[in-house]
Amino acid sequence: MADMKVYFDHNATTPLHPEVKKEMIACMEMFGNPSSMHAYGREARANVEHARQQVADFIGAKEHEIVFVGSGSEANNTVLSLFVCASSQCSPCSKRNTIITTKIEHPCVLETSECLVHRGATVKYLDVDRYGKIDLDQLAGLLNDNVGLVSVMMANNEIGTIQDIETITKMVHESGAYMHTDAVQAVGKLPVDVRTLGVDFLTMSAHKIYGPKGVGALFVRQGIPYCPLIRGGHQEHGRRAGTENTLGILGLAKAVEMRAIEMPAEEERLLHLKQVLQQGIEAQIDHTSINGHPTDSLAGTLNVSFEGVEGESILLYLDLEGIAVSTGSACASGSLDPSHVLLATGVDAELAHGSIRFSMGRDTTLQEVEYLLDVLPRTIKKIRNMSTAYIKGGLHAASR
Amino acid sequence: MLQAGEWAYSETLKEHFMNPKNILQGENTDDFDGVGMEGNLQCGDQMMVVIKVDKEKYIITDCQWKTYGCASAIASTSVLSEMVKGRTIDAAFNISPKEVAQELGGLPDNKIHCSVLGDKALRAAINNYYTRTGQEDKVKQEQVKIVCQCMNITDHDIEDAVLEGARTYLELQERTKCGTVCGLCKDESEALLEKYKHIHFGA
Repeated sequence: MADMKVYFDHNATTPLHPEVKKEMIACMEMFGNPSSMHAYGREARANVEHARQQVADFIGAKEHEIVFVGSGSEANNTVLSLFVCASSQCSPCSKRNTIITTKIEHPCVLETSECLVHRGATVKYLDVDRYGKIDLDQLAGLLNDNVGLVSVMMANNEIGTIQDIETITKMVHESGAYMHTDAVQAVGKLPVDVRTLGVDFLTMSAHKIYGPKGVGALFVRQGIPYCPLIRGGHQEHGRRAGTENTLGILGLAKAVEMRAIEMPAEEERLLHLKQVLQQGIEAQIDHTSINGHPTDSLAGTLNVSFEGVEGESILLYLDLEGIAVSTGSACASGSLDPSHVLLATGVDAELAHGSIRFSMGRDTTLQEVEYLLDVLPRTIKKIRNMSTAYIKGGLHAASR
Repeated sequence: MLQAGEWAYSETLKEHFMNPKNILQGENTDDFDGVGMEGNLQCGDQMMVVIKVDKEKYIITDCQWKTYGCASAIASTSVLSEMVKGRTIDAAFNISPKEVAQELGGLPDNKIHCSVLGDKALRAAINNYYTRTGQEDKVKQEQVKIVCQCMNITDHDIEDAVLEGARTYLELQERTKCGTVCGLCKDESEALLEKYKHIHFGA
């Protein structure tokens, strides 16, 4: 029924870049196992190693510091799990079994951390301020000889806030701990150089940057203790068992190659679109608030809370008009709690239920933003018209 | 390749979501005989139902509503507001969430929770009508019974846990902590678990 289809959910996933698609189709018949010694295997091996070099170059790493994995979640699980091991023989930090992370990490970090507590680790969660920035003083206070790993997300998927990883890493290294950053939302959107950042581990994923799903990469600094999460094969120099996802890996390499070309000009364009979107929303819809940092934020990400409306209904009404967004409402996630990220920034639960994330990318146009700005105000008006939040004597009215 | 576009919801639900019926316009409820409000904004869902009653025949002649809620809450209350018109107060009071879900052409399990609020608010509105008209004796309090004495868990807590997804005794315990101290209430809790699974999910 909708005459236009627009995608404002690039932080969830992105469409394949046409060049990535072309590359993957061209390589579709390259079926050899990179571990095989014959010609088929050598062809696959050559291509996988070339891809490894491209990915390494893109983030300023050395070729052998890149481990191809199945997803960003797998990479994050791998790193966290390194620091809790029953064996004092192989654990990199058997005496340092405290992990520090933040309250706004992706669930693959938070849930793994919870699980590690059952296996003997101590996990501490850093607070964030109203913009989603961690408190460096709090971090300094928590760093001690027991801390083995600090894991801080570089750019937040929900609100886009960017952390100062370089400064954080210096503090962490001074205390003798290792530093990991989940840079799934940062790599390919911001300049990311592992030498400048100084990190020991970095997670990236292909499908957030116009590559295929099911492939990511973990940077592991040379000389850092390491132990595989998935065992039983010599692939990736024994760091990740399982036959390489050759096609996915080539797709990832092509994706970063295209990012290197397109990224520099993109930020300004996306910032402009975000500005148009934010100003349009603020001009046409009252009682809204912007979540996330005003400047240290991903150019394409805008997270807005709409008072008096529940997020899932906004999402589904927009879907009927061909617009794809995501929400921090509990109802859309299947849990009862709204976004843990918004709650951590101190956003009221009601406003968290009424939050929408608009995330734009390389294919987002001004025309699409204008279409969104045409549909959104009447959608919010329609829902507010049926909302109890504005009833005299209602619970909300009493508190206003 | 499969086409997108199939929602987790039925066509009936989608229709009621797109064009909800009987929404209370404005904020004035003075013209109505009973007003009921349930839920709260912090939990992400709130429902208000207002009714007009034919005082001779005890029949509900009009039912309107407002909600802060998701698609399931909107659609189920829209359907409910159509169902109750013309029914006697007693018949309206006894409409179960399951009947509403059936009328909607089914609801995903994890959305039943969102649809229950409408008939709770309807019952509150009916009770409010009784109170306003001096018939306090007819006000039907929902009985609350403490099942687990140690953790102070009621039958309502168990019903809520079922609506939120608990299907086994272990899942019930994870959600409510019921029976985690002395364990004497296990049989009764399990019976209630089965009862509410049957009422809400026909399981």
